[in-house]
Amino acid sequence: MDFDFKIGIIALPGAALANKTGSFANEVPVFKQKTCTGCNLCIYYCPEGVVYGDKKTKIYNFDADYCKGCGICAEECPVDDIEMVLVEK
Amino acid sequence: MLTKEDTHKELFTMGHTGCSGCAQSMAVKLILEVLGKNTIATTATGCLEVFSTRYPESSWRIPWIHSLFENSAAVASGIEAALKITGRKNGTTVLAQGGDGGTADIGLQALSGMFERGHDVLYVCYDNGAYMNTGYQRSGLTPFDAYTTTSPSGKQSFGNSRPKKYMPQIAMAHRIPYTAVASAGYPVDLQKKIKKAASITGPKYVQIDVPCTPGWKYEPRYSVKIARLAVQTGLYPLFEAEYDKIISVKKISKKVPVEEYLKLQGRFKHLFKDEAGRMEIEKIQKIADENIVKFGLL
Ligand SMILES: Cc1ncc(C[n+]2csc(CCOP(=O)(O)OP(=O)(O)O)c2C)c(N)n1
Ligand code: SF4
Ligand code: SF4
Ligand SMILES: [Mg+2]
Repeated sequence: MDFDFKIGIIALPGAALANKTGSFANEVPVFKQKTCTGCNLCIYYCPEGVVYGDKKTKIYNFDADYCKGCGICAEECPVDDIEMVLVEK
Repeated sequence: MLTKEDTHKELFTMGHTGCSGCAQSMAVKLILEVLGKNTIATTATGCLEVFSTRYPESSWRIPWIHSLFENSAAVASGIEAALKITGRKNGTTVLAQGGDGGTADIGLQALSGMFERGHDVLYVCYDNGAYMNTGYQRSGLTPFDAYTTTSPSGKQSFGNSRPKKYMPQIAMAHRIPYTAVASAGYPVDLQKKIKKAASITGPKYVQIDVPCTPGWKYEPRYSVKIARLAVQTGLYPLFEAEYDKIISVKKISKKVPVEEYLKLQGRFKHLFKDEAGRMEIEKIQKIADENIVKFGLL
């Protein structure tokens, strides 16, 4: 008998990127870019790994496609430069 | 500089379905950053396994296998033995993972066997203090007096009546080369311990305190703060051990009263109702004070 094994129980590495978890978020961060010291803590602590940016320019941003709006980046920012705002959907 | 494109290439990718603010997912990301691509992982049944591999999706960019609830350590032992016998070990880290239930309760026998046989495996226990994936049931690592669905608080009870099991000390009693306790509240310390563990040959055990938003009942933004408070109160001492000797402890700069930690979490809210609850808080303070003396935290 011929079998077609293309449909197996293997998922492709990193295939979860197809799942846009930004739909979880009620709030999203705003990087105010006023008092930022470039400490990178927001990158470190984001549980989703969606914060990116640059120590030197002190410009940080987040990926709204995946941010779940937990607010940890805002809570942990030592200089209060991140604010959570309600998402309008 | 980290770009958006870079973040999409993490070895543990976004797109998983962990709760907003899940500290367990944060810890996994930090661990894989240190271990790198040459890693093979097993994961016991539990939140991590469920939220990272929603078929046909996967957050893993390394070879990964779901064991059963009870045998993550046994499956990892087999992988390590097979790599060795076929001459393909080549510096590969074999990472076995489980929750506190999968590690300290149902998986304890498999883990003890892995330690005894001396497999070159790094075992990581993500300790969120209950069986979260199935709805917050008590485990051997649930802290004293915490509300869970199988240790509810009420007229007859203040929640979990039993002390939290000393799981790291059980690992140390096997005289394995490295045991460490880490926390999602201290990511630099966590990554340092994982790096050290990976550099040592033989069985390693690392237990990580990972707050759980729905299980501990707090606002997601406090995950890191609560993890830090657990350390600063003395309730979750961070240390490293070689064989059965403690070689380092994370000192706390200033002792924080346990109330500061407890009051942020709904799982302890029954302790703030009356005088009887206050007496229970004193018992929890005593646990913290004893840890401070025992581990020399101050
Ligand atoms: C033998 C067996 N018993 C029970 C279950 C159901 N089960 C799946 S995950 C889980 C709880 C996992 O708790 P823990 O190991 O602490 O991980 P967490 O979900 O908290 O991260 C249970 C009881 C199972 N899968 N297999
Ligand atoms: S709100 Fe949470 S998920 Fe979103 S960027 Fe901040 S830390 Fe990351
Ligand atoms: S229930 Fe807890 S451990 Fe499980 S995904 Fe949610 S926050 Fe993480
Ligand atoms: Mg658990």
